[in-house]
Amino acid sequence: MANFFLDNKDMQYHLKHPLMKKIVALKEKNFEEKDKCDYAPVDYEDAMDNYHRVLEIIGEICADVIAPNAEWVDKEGPRVENDRVIYAPGTVINHEALTKAGVYGISLPRKWGGLNFPIVPYVMSCELISRADAGFGNIWGLQDCAETLHEFASDEINDEYLPRIQHGDTCAMDLTEPDAGSDLQSVMLKAHWDEKQGTWLLNGVKRFITNGDADISLVLARSEEGTKDARGLSLFVYDKKHYAVKVRRIEHKLGIIGSPTCELVFTNAPAKLVGDRKMGLIRYVMALMNSARLGIGAQSTGISEAAYQEALKYAKEREQFGKPIIAFAPVAEMLTDMKAKVLASRAMLYETARFVDVYKAYYHLSKERKLEKAERDEMKEYNRLADAYTPLLKLFSSEYCNQITYDAIQIHGGSGYMKDYPVERLARDARITNIYEGTSQLQVVAAIKAVTTGVYLAKMKEYEADTYDAELGALHKMLVAMTAEYEEAVKYVTEREGNDGEYLDFHARRLVEMAGHIIIGYLLLRQASDCGCPCCDDYRISATVYIKAGNAKNKAHSEYIKSNSPEDMGMFKANE
Amino acid sequence: MKQPLKIVVLAKQVPDTRNVGKDAMKEDGTVNRAALPAIFNPEDLNALEQALIVKDKYPGTTVTILTMGPSRAADIIREGMFRGADGGVLLTDRKFAGSDTLATSYALSCAVKKLSPDIIIAGRQAIDGDTAQVGPQVAEKLGIPQVTYAEDIEKVEGGEVYIKRRIENGVEQVVSTYPMLITVNASAPECRPRNAKLVMKYKHAKTATEKQEIENDYFSDLCNARPYLSIPEWGVTDVDADVANLGLSGSPTKVKKIENIVFQAKEAKRLTASDEDISGLMKELIASHTIG
Repeated sequence: MANFFLDNKDMQYHLKHPLMKKIVALKEKNFEEKDKCDYAPVDYEDAMDNYHRVLEIIGEICADVIAPNAEWVDKEGPRVENDRVIYAPGTVINHEALTKAGVYGISLPRKWGGLNFPIVPYVMSCELISRADAGFGNIWGLQDCAETLHEFASDEINDEYLPRIQHGDTCAMDLTEPDAGSDLQSVMLKAHWDEKQGTWLLNGVKRFITNGDADISLVLARSEEGTKDARGLSLFVYDKKHYAVKVRRIEHKLGIIGSPTCELVFTNAPAKLVGDRKMGLIRYVMALMNSARLGIGAQSTGISEAAYQEALKYAKEREQFGKPIIAFAPVAEMLTDMKAKVLASRAMLYETARFVDVYKAYYHLSKERKLEKAERDEMKEYNRLADAYTPLLKLFSSEYCNQITYDAIQIHGGSGYMKDYPVERLARDARITNIYEGTSQLQVVAAIKAVTTGVYLAKMKEYEADTYDAELGALHKMLVAMTAEYEEAVKYVTEREGNDGEYLDFHARRLVEMAGHIIIGYLLLRQASDCGCPCCDDYRISATVYIKAGNAKNKAHSEYIKSNSPEDMGMFKANE
Repeated sequence: MKQPLKIVVLAKQVPDTRNVGKDAMKEDGTVNRAALPAIFNPEDLNALEQALIVKDKYPGTTVTILTMGPSRAADIIREGMFRGADGGVLLTDRKFAGSDTLATSYALSCAVKKLSPDIIIAGRQAIDGDTAQVGPQVAEKLGIPQVTYAEDIEKVEGGEVYIKRRIENGVEQVVSTYPMLITVNASAPECRPRNAKLVMKYKHAKTATEKQEIENDYFSDLCNARPYLSIPEWGVTDVDADVANLGLSGSPTKVKKIENIVFQAKEAKRLTASDEDISGLMKELIASHTIG
């Protein structure tokens, strides 16, 4: 039987990362629930065995149910009937299978019916499901909203909403509006307190809302009349049972068709305030967006894996000029590059997920008891790393996802352009990944801080000081040289930077990409050095291919940066 | 319902004959069990699903897996528990070895007597022997009604079980008093997936034989502290069986010769004009790229 988890040795390698020991310890708190709850683990090995087994269940459902449904779902899509969303039948089957398998609420605490798994295995489930059907991956991934409630909502709200997740209640995050896309400060949907009914009421329109007709919706709304900026926005939770939100339409999209993108009309919709007033965008949505970006990293990696597998299979089967096309150098090279990018995305994905895991576990712990100073410092440190790595992950994995699916069609030739093969669907699904939850351009804006504050550089130096397999010494040396070149480029730009930040903005993407190539290069070097398993050859090849290509790209970036001065900026404004 | 229902599901661990490689058969024409993974017989999973549907409908119902086989057959009892069964019994004894369908059904019927269920549900047949004899023979030995080729246990009401069975030209509805035995077709709904919480709860469930192999004291204590983690093993004396009716001495079947047959035509499929069947066919054709 096919299984998307068991067939993925790389993912299994990441699950066994040494930092998991710390993560499990923080998450299970000395395994205190082992005698209270019959499915709680009794020790580290038991917990890891649980993650493995549950991912195996999900991997099986992905291969046997969700992936075979994907084409059908893409063809039929959801529709609106009587102001409600009707999922494609395949979507319903997928959702039921996962609900019956008891895996919804995978990261929620057991007291609310969750499995209390860390972020790492949760993100793995997102990657697996996205590999099977990226559109469905959204419906699964919106469990993030439950995680946001868990983080910020009162116990009263959590007691009401969180136990519903395990039974398959779905979520949505209602943020964007017709005039508030990337610029969420402009959100206008109005929230006012109604004395008579003793509740907040929401009125207005939301647009581009993924899974907008969800059972549980988190809604960003303007609670402070007369305000115009982020400080007037609060976060609310709305329950579908009130029937006060109508789905006006579903967008006709290029890809991820199974995932309904809705326009919603709120009419006196009763809702509960999550956390504190005015903190909606500033605090909660920022946190939610970070988890969502991690989710898109997983989605991108899942689509990339699917596209690579399809391309590999086709290249081995398809014969031209009397031999399989994989035997031709240009095809072989494309496949090798694709694989390196898949492994690169995954390495970055789980490195980031681990950082998120550690700081979130501390955060939840801090709600139960006062943290020691060392713990507080560690929480801050991992939080800082997670914030720096998340945009880098989102940027790289989603861009790679687009490149890989593009190449997968190329390898299929004319057949790839036809609907007969899944690669055209994968390419359409991929296209959104570097747009939503913050475009690549916005990821650069988020990531450039870590360039200028030196967070990335400090991490590079830390990786540099590690010991690696002596056979890989040349690659290590190359990364050291790349780091020096990066430092020089950063210096060049910051020294010439004016007061308006424009010159830095201009080169930001180049600098962020340079940083990414080095950081991911080190991650791949690490796994090529460590892993004593049969996939080592893959790791060694991918590290070599990736670092050499990264080196060449960084050289090009560095050349370009040095060939431009602030005075040249005018050229790029000629079209304004 | 006055009394909670007791259901026993008869299940068999079989070699996976669906994906056979070159070494699936030995020189002498018998199945090379070592080369094939051991799985839950597929139609027994359909049977388990029917039992679990009844359990969902009538809370308090218990579902027990009964299987006969060597020590490793405990795997399928755990597998059943992962999907929602309450527990299971492993019928295991050297004296059972070599049993044909007659001796097997005798042994099973002895164990069933001890469990005294209201409803016994089995898959129509196992993919290794393909005889479809064991279920019906168990019913005969117990002297209870049997309904074969079942697709849906619709309800249990007023001391009777309402069953839909698949027959040549359609479906038939049958009502039977219980205790009774049902065999289930592959056309019945597929079994639900393993459930994450149940997997974590029951993964340490062990038979007494398996417990001896646990090296970690903590887990043997855990097994002892949680009664649901013990899978009973029953031998010949536990089920009061007559040794003469078991194993080779109780098995009149003699295999004379085995021949390899290569199928000429592919299996035919019959569809109704229902929306469900049509959309199922469309899905299949789209998936196989025949159309679309």
